[in-house]
Amino acid sequence: MTLATPEQVAEPGEIEELSGEGGYSRRLRGAFGADLGPLPVIVGLIAVWMFFQTQNSNFLTARNLSNLILQMAVVTVLAMATVVVMVAGEIDLSLGSVTGVTSALLGVLLTNHHWSVWAALAATFAVGAGIGLLQGAVTVFVGVPSFIVTLGGFLAWAGLQLSLIGSEGDLPVNNSTITAISNNYLSHAAGWVLAAAVVAVVTAVEAARVRDRRQAGASGAAVWVSLVRVGAVAAASFGLVALLNTNFGVPYVLLVFGGVALALGWLMQRTIFGRHIYAIGGNREASRRAGVPVSAVRVTVLGISGLLAGLAGVIATSNLYGTSAGVGGGILLLEAIAAAVIGGASLFGGRGRVYQAVLGALVVASVENGLALLGKAASTEDMATGVILVLAVSLDAFNRRRRAAAGQ
Amino acid sequence: MTHPFLELRGIRKRFGGVTALRGVDLEVNRGEVVALVGDNGAGKSTLIKTVAGVVRADSGEFLVDGHQATLGSPHAAAELGIATVYQDLALCENLDVVANLFLGGELGRRPLFGPLRRLREPEMERRARETLSELGANVPNLRRPVAGLSGGQRQAVAVGRALLWGSKLVILDEPTAALGVKQTGQVLELIRTLAARGQAVLFISHSLPDVFAVADRIAVLRLGANAGTFGAADTSAAEIVAAMTGGETLAGAA
Repeated sequence: MTLATPEQVAEPGEIEELSGEGGYSRRLRGAFGADLGPLPVIVGLIAVWMFFQTQNSNFLTARNLSNLILQMAVVTVLAMATVVVMVAGEIDLSLGSVTGVTSALLGVLLTNHHWSVWAALAATFAVGAGIGLLQGAVTVFVGVPSFIVTLGGFLAWAGLQLSLIGSEGDLPVNNSTITAISNNYLSHAAGWVLAAAVVAVVTAVEAARVRDRRQAGASGAAVWVSLVRVGAVAAASFGLVALLNTNFGVPYVLLVFGGVALALGWLMQRTIFGRHIYAIGGNREASRRAGVPVSAVRVTVLGISGLLAGLAGVIATSNLYGTSAGVGGGILLLEAIAAAVIGGASLFGGRGRVYQAVLGALVVASVENGLALLGKAASTEDMATGVILVLAVSLDAFNRRRRAAAGQ
Repeated sequence: MTHPFLELRGIRKRFGGVTALRGVDLEVNRGEVVALVGDNGAGKSTLIKTVAGVVRADSGEFLVDGHQATLGSPHAAAELGIATVYQDLALCENLDVVANLFLGGELGRRPLFGPLRRLREPEMERRARETLSELGANVPNLRRPVAGLSGGQRQAVAVGRALLWGSKLVILDEPTAALGVKQTGQVLELIRTLAARGQAVLFISHSLPDVFAVADRIAVLRLGANAGTFGAADTSAAEIVAAMTGGETLAGAA
């Protein structure tokens, strides 16, 4: 053990980075985050897309991709909720039912009680968050595992949904603000402005990062990582807008879940709160001893999950121009969990990223969309999604063993 | 007159019908490594828990820097500059070295408030690097999850936490118990470095070779009471074992 100066401390890592075949993959990893992260899900996504494109050349068209974005919205929001909860080492099985109950509430408030749209939205989000906080409080302060509390919620909120909607089984919602979310599009010009704005924000964030690192004389991830990130974001935003503008334009719903993804990603990766979520998922007892407010964080995490389920309820209502007893039911919850896990989240806590959950949701929605395009029944969809889930987790398990063997 | 950093006088502790500590005295000075040894059940763990503020002593005095102190909670102990590194190290394997060092005390800044403050990663990384190099710890990549570190490096990170928060006494509970020969050497080096920086170090160990390698003084507990304190240079393993077991000096014991 030698007494090392800062330069010496930085040295071994740099040598490893520059030398031999390890260098490139290490750099790739640096660009994407601490571990292999998104590579498996990106490879899976490319495989799924190539398969469907060879089966039906309509798959990768602007029109179908636009549809895909509309179809993936609900499961994407729930997958993001799942990843936040799973990183903390909890699980929320009530997500589908809360989506259903908040959708029913929105429908009842707007259609039966003629509330103004903003009041109804506020109430819907408040109820979603409230349900989540309630489940979180029972989990943390009574000490029942979240698996059980939210399993109870899964049943109870579905029952409440039915009693809200009543015997007819569905309620139309005609409010134009609500229906616009899933059915209207930004003008083409506004789409370009949006892409430019996204690139500007990401550039500003990355520039601030580089400046901070320079000032502190920190080692590691350099300017080129930021350049790669900005380049990737710019290519993706402008490419997507260009593509969607050949059809109807950028759907509002993309703005909604894209914005939520950015905000949640920032919360998880860049704030003290996010760091505490990862810490609790990694080692709850150590976090407690280190002074992390474990109980508050766990309750809040489940509250965020409920809030996002409320958002999913709003989007589902917009999709359907109304609400029905079927909203949030079926395999929606399991698809959301599958999406989070396909995206690399660990069921044991401490690992997972928001944007990877979005990619996982894209895989799940692509399979659904592609099989529907081929005229396959829902039964085939479920089987295919199931197989992909197990494949993705197997790949992850394999990868983890490899990492463990390599001592990292 | 200079005081020892920590002085315990007549510490007693009963758990129901079991007397764990029956009036233990102990001193630890700045820059000094004191090893606490004793057979299983001698009261070592209970004693350090009273110092760490985890267990409340029934009676006895704690003097920190010559002043009477109440060690009622881990927080109170930390305020007085006493940090404890438990055997399990209490690290988050999924987080990197910097995140572990600052866990629970992350540096944040605008734009929002409280837990929504932005992490000041570069500043934390800089201070983490400083702290680890002060410890002479060789942790090449501070951005690597702790899961990928060796036992010795983890020990360094756990001790680094104590240093970072300005502790003056570091208590180590069996720091070498689970380590191989090379890692043990690194941890012993770490302990010497701590003492050389002026920290008081109190460590529990079952390994007499480790104790003799780093301790300045060796305090022996037997059945919850002092069984002698020895200058490491003036004693032998046989004498320590005899004190631990209460028996005669065993010829050739190590």
